[in-house]
Parts: sequence; C-alpha cells; structure tokens
Amino acid sequence: MGLLRDLLFTFRAFFETFGALSLFLLRLAVYTPRALVRRFPLIVAQVHNTGALSLVIIMICGFFVGMVLGLQGYDTLSRFDSEDILGAATALALLKELGPVITALLFAGRAGTALASEIGLMKATDQLSAMEMMAVDPLRRVVVPRFVGGVVAMPFLAAIFSTIGIAGAFLVGVGLMDVDSGTFWAQMRNNVDPEDVWEGVFKSFVFGIAASVLAVFEGYNCVPTAEGVGRATTRTVVLTAIAVLVLDYIITAALL
Amino acid sequence: MSDQRDDNIVKIRGLCFARGQRRIFDNLTIDIQRGHVTAIMGPSGTGKTTLLRLITGQLLPDRGEILVNGYHVHRSSRAELYEMRRNIGMLFQNGALLTDYSVFENVAFPLREHTNLPDRLIRHVVLTKLHAVGLRGAAQLMPSELSGGMARRVALARAIVMDPDLLIYDEPFAGLDPISMGVVVRLIRQMNDALGISSIVVSHDVDEITAVADRSYLLSDGRVVASGRPGELAKDGSAIVRQFMHGMADGPVPFHYPAPDYSAQLLGRDQD
Amino acid sequence: MQQTRTVELGTGMFVFLGVAAIFFLATQTSNLNSLVSSEAYTVKARFENIGGLSVRAPVTMAGVTIGRVSDIAFDPNRLDAVVSIRIDARYDRIPDDSDAAILTAGLLGGQYIGLSPGGSDTFLADEDEIEFTQSAVVLENLISKYLFSQGGGDD
Repeated sequence: MGLLRDLLFTFRAFFETFGALSLFLLRLAVYTPRALVRRFPLIVAQVHNTGALSLVIIMICGFFVGMVLGLQGYDTLSRFDSEDILGAATALALLKELGPVITALLFAGRAGTALASEIGLMKATDQLSAMEMMAVDPLRRVVVPRFVGGVVAMPFLAAIFSTIGIAGAFLVGVGLMDVDSGTFWAQMRNNVDPEDVWEGVFKSFVFGIAASVLAVFEGYNCVPTAEGVGRATTRTVVLTAIAVLVLDYIITAALL
Repeated sequence: MSDQRDDNIVKIRGLCFARGQRRIFDNLTIDIQRGHVTAIMGPSGTGKTTLLRLITGQLLPDRGEILVNGYHVHRSSRAELYEMRRNIGMLFQNGALLTDYSVFENVAFPLREHTNLPDRLIRHVVLTKLHAVGLRGAAQLMPSELSGGMARRVALARAIVMDPDLLIYDEPFAGLDPISMGVVVRLIRQMNDALGISSIVVSHDVDEITAVADRSYLLSDGRVVASGRPGELAKDGSAIVRQFMHGMADGPVPFHYPAPDYSAQLLGRDQD
Repeated sequence: MQQTRTVELGTGMFVFLGVAAIFFLATQTSNLNSLVSSEAYTVKARFENIGGLSVRAPVTMAGVTIGRVSDIAFDPNRLDAVVSIRIDARYDRIPDDSDAAILTAGLLGGQYIGLSPGGSDTFLADEDEIEFTQSAVVLENLISKYLFSQGGGDD
C-alpha cells in the first residue's frame, strides 16, 4: 500500500513539475521577441557562452564518433558485401540521429550545467533578488537571454558535429579501409535526401529548446544554497538526457 | 496615487504571515517615520528578513496591509510595484553585487536599466555616488576582488544611485570588523541626513543600532515587544527586552532547546 | 565591458561555422542539386504493380537519371497505378513509344523507373502518357512461377 502511495506521489510530482516547466517555457516564449530587440548584446554574449565555448568538445567528439561510425559501419556492411554505401550509411546515421542526439547530450553536460549553475548561483547570492528590488525583472534580463542563446546555438552545434563526423568517417573509410572516395560521396549524394538533413536540423532545434529550458528552469527554481545549486546542476543533465531521448523517439516516429 | 506628505513613509497594519505551521507575524503594527533611521531588532529567526520582503512586495501577507509612500503594496499591479521599487534602495546582507560586472558597472546598473542617460552623465553620477561611500578609486575592480565591507559599500552606492526616498538595510553590520562597522554606521547616518531620506535598518547588533537609530522596534514571536528610542529600550523592564538588549544567555528565549527530563534520559528511563 | 570584442569575434566565428556546416550538409551530402528547381515536364505511366516504388525515386534512361517520380496514385476505375514522372526539360527528344520498367538497384537497393527508347519520330511532351510499361517483379510471383514450372515431383 505504501508502494502505491509512493507511486502516486511520484506521478503527481512529475505532473506538477511538468506543468510548471510548460508554463515557464510559455513565459519565456512570450518574452523572447522583445528580448531579441532590447537585449540583443546579451543574447549574443549567451550564444558565445553556450555555443562558441562548446565548440571544442563538440568538434572532438564529433570527429571521434564519425571515425567510429566509419570503422563499425565498414565492419557491419562488409558482412553484407555492401561496403560501398558506407558514405550514405554514416551520413544518414549522423544527420538523422547521432548528430542531434549526441550534441544535445554534450550540450547538456557543458552548456546546460553552466547555465543552471550560473543562474542558481545568482539566486543563492541574492543577485536575482537584488535585481527584483531594483525593479529589473530577472527573468527577462538573466533567464531569457540564456534560453535564447542556447536555442540558437544548438542547431549550429549539431550541424558542426555532423559535418565533422562525416569528415571523420571519410578519413577512416577512404583513408584506412580503402573504400573508394568517389563511391563514398556518390552513394551519399544518391541516398541522402534534403528531408533527412532538415529532419536533423528540426530535431536539434527541438532538443535545443528542451535542453535550454530545463537548464534555466532548474537554475531559476533551485534551493538557494550551495547544495541546492549542485543538485540543480545534476538534475539538469539527467532530465535533459531523458527528455532528449524521449523526444527523439517521438519526433522520429512522427516524421517517418 | 501616493500621499507624500504623510508623516510615515511606511505603515504596517495588522500584518499576519505564516510559513507552513509557523506563525511568523501576528497582527504586527509598525510605523516608519519619514526622515529618520528606524531600526528593527529581534533574536535570530524572528523573520526580520521576511518582514523586509513583505514590505517590498516580494512576499504576500496572509492578512493585514502595508503602505509604502501611500502605495498599497499588495494591491499594486506588477508595473506599480516596479514603480514603487524605483524609489526604494535596498542593501542586501552580502551586498548581492552582480558578479559579472565591475564595481562601476554594478553601480551604473539601475541607471542603464531605467534611464536613457548618456554615458557621460552616467559616469558622472556613478563616480559621485562611489565618492560618497569612499570607493571612487575602486571603480574598476571586480566584486570578487572586494572585501566584505567594501562590497557592502558598493552595494550602498548602487542603492542610492537612483536617489530613492527610502533605504532599507538588511543586517548591514553582520560579519564586519570594527573599522568597517564604524564606516557603515557613519554612512547610514550620513546618507539619511544628507539626502533627506528615510532608512530602515534590520539588525541585531545592539551597540551599532544604538549609535545609528532614531527609533527602534524590538520584535519577538511575531509581535512588537518594545519600541522607542534605543536608549529607552535599554532601560525597559520587560524580561525579553532586557535579555536582548543586554545579551543575557538565558531568559524568555531559553538556553536549552526543549528536551525530555535530564535525569530520566541519562538513566535510560525514557527509553522504556 | 572589456570582453565585448572577444565575445563578438567568437560568436561571429561560431555562427559562421554553424551556417557553413548546415550549408555543406544541405547541399553537398544530399541530392539537393539534382532536379530541384529546374524546368521539367510531367508524363504519366500506368502499372499493374508498382512494387516498392516511392515518390522521388529516380527515373533513368541509359542508366543516367533524367527525372524523378513526382506522384503515385491509384485509379479506382481501371484499378491500376498511375505514376507521374517529372522529366528535366533538357531531355525533350524522348520517343513517345519508349518503354518504362520498374527495376531494382542492386540487391538491397530501392526501386526506380528505367526508360528504354523506342523508335518513334514524335517525342514525349507535357501531359503525355507512356503506353508501354512493365510492372515491378514481385518475388513471390517469381517463386511460384518457378515452382509451378517444375511440375510435380520436387518438394
């Protein structure tokens, strides 16, 4: 009986948090247009913060994921005598799935935690309260630019990840495993439709919204202590990972 | 909208506020006189900071009302609330400076957000306010490079940059060395008199309060237990006031946290 | 704010890289450049069975892609499939007695339409219909044909 009650409690907590998150996202969405005009320099700074500063990890991971795809892809395809389509296989895997998803997870780890801890720290040291007291809405000034920065940065990061990934696969497939370079690109061009590319961009855009809103939500609503900030940061990564993978399935199923 | 010539800049009437089961304020009534420094004292945990948040509209009371400069704080719209807050300067306990900005930018923040003043004028105003707190030379430092006392002075400069009518200090003396404390005492008094504003100081530092306040309220258990000039409070006969003003270890605020009978617990009889 | 120039530089480079990556992915990796917005004309072809043919499948002649399948519809009156093909306007001298067959590319490959030229002097134009068509080869029919052609006796 206690187990049932715990379960119901968890469900209720989930719906409450989900509801709070949705309302929060709605408020941010409403504030965004004016923020784009009034606080453009702040947004630029945040795109730098979440995007440009994540480039290193995205590029390194993208390269190695691409190389592994090249290796594994070659090995798997050669069992079916289909090594020639390595280019198409790796490109499709990266563009449609691995690019958006892995980038989102890496984004959560690097940029999401930064956003959550920045905002959480400002809350814990009363900076947000001070802003409220100075008649400046901290939501508009601190949270919205960070949210918009993350949403803008994510699709670019995913595209860069996929591009470098394809380069890595090319290096391994053509350079190491002796796939013909012309075949690599030709099969890719033949079998990748523009829809596949847009599917990846759309996914990364949605993941960007999810990752950014979760990060700023956790930071903004954390318990204003050192411990609270730490916990908010952890929750950001966990929740973003779950959200991204669930959304991935939903979007893939919807678009297929 | 606001009745400026009222003698009391802040009027708290019948305030009731509870957090969960705890009743923090029970029918509280306080008047903050215009042009004077009013202190609000009390033992730790009486909710002094909560009171400040209620005055500034960050929290809603369960019952009662608060008027600031004639504004009904809790019947105001968000826009009116922000309008009201532009006339209030608040000093937080740890300064609450924005960590990404320099001292200069911190003080300039309200000006940049609320006015369209050109950079020249902003510079003029900011340096003047920094000079008033003695930190004009520190304008280019970052908050992480400041000591606690200096950070609080910068926060004070920021609080007065929009020339408010009311200044609120939340525990301004906490954790400062005697020299810094002396500086803060002098600044509170100077600001109040030189700028012709009113000040509320929330603190439990009896000596400093005595030096700086025109009027004090002592809160305990959500009520005012004493009020008057600090000197009068020191001579007050009631037990709780005496315990507080003279720093006595035991009295109406007990030394021992509630516990079962001592001998019974030692001899293990309470574990039957 | 001292870091403004570095921030702007960094962000600018980042956005540039990102846009370049998207551009590269959209144009160089996909078949965007083939037959997207060029001039084309549409012809129809009827098949008894289209097999696994899908929209956007290539249409080839002599092995070269000259067009794409633009629409597949079912005719409820004649109970067959009507496939619409968009052919690049450059190729306007295709004999109107040419043959359209649904072929499979490789073992795992997708299905496409291969056109074999006829001998007529008149050419296909917009809204024409290809008369001679070969439906897709359905594997089960092939197997059952093979089995029945063996007669009895085999297991």
